[in-house]
Amino acid sequence: MLHQLSWKVGGQQGEGIESTGEIFSMAMNRLGYFLYGYRHFSSRIKGGHTNNKICVRTTEVRTIPDDLDILVAFDQETIEVNYKELTASSVILADAKFKPQHPEDCVATMYVIPFTEIASELGTSLMKNMVAIGATSALLNLDKSVFQGVVDEIFGRKGESIVEKNMEAIQQGYEIMAQNLGDRIGEWELEPADGKRRLFMIGNDAIALGALAAGVRFMAAYPITPATEIMEYMIKKLPDFGGTVIQTEDEIAAATMAIGANYGGVRSFTASAGPGLSLMMEAIGLSGMTEQPLVIVDTQRGGPSTGLPTKQEQSDLMQMIYGTHGEIPKVVIAPSTGQEAFFDTIEAFNIAEELQLPVIVLSDLQLSLGKQTVEPFDYSKIGLRRGRLQTETDLPEVEDKSYFKRFEVTEDGVSPRVVPGMKNGIHHVTGVEHDETGKPSEAAANRQMQMDKRMRKLKHVNFPNPIYQYAPHEDADVLLVGFNSTRGVLEEVQANLNAQGIRANHAQVRLIHPFPVSHVAPLVTTAKKVLVVENNATGQLANIIKMNVGMHDKIVNVLKYDGTPFLPRELTNRVKELLADGYI
Amino acid sequence: MVTFKDFRNNVKPNWCPGCGDFSVQAAIQRAAANVGIEPTDLAVISGIGCSGRISGYIHSYGFHGIHGRALPIAQGLKMANRDLNVIASGGDGDGFAIGMGHTIHAIRRNIDITYIVMDNQIYGLTKGQTSPRSAAGFKTKSTPGGAIEPSLAPLEMALTAGATFVAQGFSSDLKELTSIIEAGINHKGFSFINVFSPCVTYNKINTYDWFKEHITKLSNVEGYDPSNRGQAMATLMEHESLVTGIIYQNAEQPSYQEQVNGYAQTPLSTEELMMSNRDFDKLVKEFM
Repeated sequence: MLHQLSWKVGGQQGEGIESTGEIFSMAMNRLGYFLYGYRHFSSRIKGGHTNNKICVRTTEVRTIPDDLDILVAFDQETIEVNYKELTASSVILADAKFKPQHPEDCVATMYVIPFTEIASELGTSLMKNMVAIGATSALLNLDKSVFQGVVDEIFGRKGESIVEKNMEAIQQGYEIMAQNLGDRIGEWELEPADGKRRLFMIGNDAIALGALAAGVRFMAAYPITPATEIMEYMIKKLPDFGGTVIQTEDEIAAATMAIGANYGGVRSFTASAGPGLSLMMEAIGLSGMTEQPLVIVDTQRGGPSTGLPTKQEQSDLMQMIYGTHGEIPKVVIAPSTGQEAFFDTIEAFNIAEELQLPVIVLSDLQLSLGKQTVEPFDYSKIGLRRGRLQTETDLPEVEDKSYFKRFEVTEDGVSPRVVPGMKNGIHHVTGVEHDETGKPSEAAANRQMQMDKRMRKLKHVNFPNPIYQYAPHEDADVLLVGFNSTRGVLEEVQANLNAQGIRANHAQVRLIHPFPVSHVAPLVTTAKKVLVVENNATGQLANIIKMNVGMHDKIVNVLKYDGTPFLPRELTNRVKELLADGYI
Repeated sequence: MVTFKDFRNNVKPNWCPGCGDFSVQAAIQRAAANVGIEPTDLAVISGIGCSGRISGYIHSYGFHGIHGRALPIAQGLKMANRDLNVIASGGDGDGFAIGMGHTIHAIRRNIDITYIVMDNQIYGLTKGQTSPRSAAGFKTKSTPGGAIEPSLAPLEMALTAGATFVAQGFSSDLKELTSIIEAGINHKGFSFINVFSPCVTYNKINTYDWFKEHITKLSNVEGYDPSNRGQAMATLMEHESLVTGIIYQNAEQPSYQEQVNGYAQTPLSTEELMMSNRDFDKLVKEFM
């Protein structure tokens, strides 16, 4: 029996490929397996090759494996594009309809199954996906009842006969596959899972749910890949909580509208990707200068310019840390799992209000869209902190129309905050340098005082666990460092290296800015070499580490920027080659 | 009872003596008092330029934002607290050049705020360059041979964008301007008010006298019906937009907030942040 299975379905975009993967993985999730799904798709609505690769395992998984065990193909292109991932023990389940050709150098076995024909006989060719799921279940020796609950939920609204037909399609898929397989039936049977119910979600779901749980009641956003799901989730859910989303005319309006709502005392945010963040830079500066809380989610994708809109990259790091003209205090948080995406988003709203500054929740396409198993969230662990937000009744009576000291110089740089509508709280807010009451002031002494006050806030960032680390070795041969979605692949690579006698530690940086020097420095110090693994061309995180920690000679870039994520074996081999070459 | 004096603060404006913006400031203060708003329930959100300073010259909550972005900040604030009176203001460069994208969409969106443009047909604070409101042929530092581009017609644009309240005032007619702003504040939806606010330093063409000579007051136009959109458009074209008064008002169209599904009747800013365990469990179960 297998510990891990990797399964992929591919075809033309708009053909239901996504829902095939969805139904298969939902059923596996409910059996208690851990899953990780990653979609290959293009920037178009219909047509073009798309596939959904899903890894099913009895233990945690957050990366796509190099190999593929089962490939379900609805067109020849799917075979051509993906067969190199197959091994000698792999199988292709190909729809007879497109008269599949077995590539000459393909080592896997191909079974040609009349998916479309069976589906059409049952009433509609659309059900070919269900026949394919049935065929898959024969390979895995799964009973069709496993799919009953999921099919009920998805097709229940369309009536009982549709549910029955879909279940029949699964049954017939199973039967015809069983006939074809002969004694190979059940060869891909997985070890039983623990049956525990867990969440199965994309990172964007976790971020959006986190925002809702953090008390967000207003969002302003402009659609963009790969951030749109966050906005769509909020549009769906906010009305139940009295709130709403405005789809703005552009990202400039999105960010400034979110600032306006935060100024009004409501937790609000926006979410976008690189091109949108470029437009938001002036708003980020305004938030920093006027000390209005603002949370922005940046789901990184391939840049620059329009770049690779549907592909993985991590090249916005420098812009997120330094972007906007002039100098402001800013916090950049980079979750690396679904669990972290949820809790870190909540923390982002807390920090934004506690320190009254912009907080970037940095994600990347693989984290935002990759679908992973997540342990259920414990709502009782959530604490919401609003810092020095005053209540109206606490405000002292104002005399002579004097303004509230909204920008009072304090020890930690954080001033008491009031919002419009409060009696005795009138003050002015401006992006021009200002005094403690918000009146414009260019006086040198005031400028210095206000600048110092704002920047001082960065010394008081209270973020629990600024890095994730698994560092079993006191003197490591190598320290692997990454941020965002590379967590999963680095965990596998670390395990591979350790199994091969190379002492590897691993750190995933969660608080990017201000950089957690005291957490990272000891790990760098005790490692012989530090490999910083990132999906960009210039080694942005490596440069940040060099700037903050030093020890430049130890730090080596391991980069990939072709739009595809790192794979465990590929990366393990690269690390070993680097070691063997004496390059490091 | 509030009076316009309650909206005065101790800040001396840095506008040039004779600037049209003084009247706009006074008109906002008087209109707010006439409507009966408390200073703490008013927020003035402004852009950048001479006109942008207005948020600091009125005793109320004020936010001096970034160039061209007063409107999105103001709309976000109103969505956060629907009980607040929100006035956005800025110049013609702010609203019709850099901020035009926001202006036209704010008009379409129809959130219940008041937008006042101090239109002087010139860039003043940067010391005399052409504006989208400068007439063709207008000579400025940036158009030494005269502006090639025609002047924008913001009122006609507002009508075609679906505005529910369009008005125009003139700085030397404080009484009319005050009543227009009052009507704008009372209008349930987005009120767009353009004000001829002469720049006495850099615009030697569109002066107080020039406007006095050219302006037609709609109150003097017999049978003018501001609820008639066709007549509004025809009148603007006939007078080359040189009219003052309420040009168009659609009092029937509900504001954006009134149409938002599920939007709380009380200010969002007063809502509890935490949700019930039951609500949270329900959300989480959708991912199982």
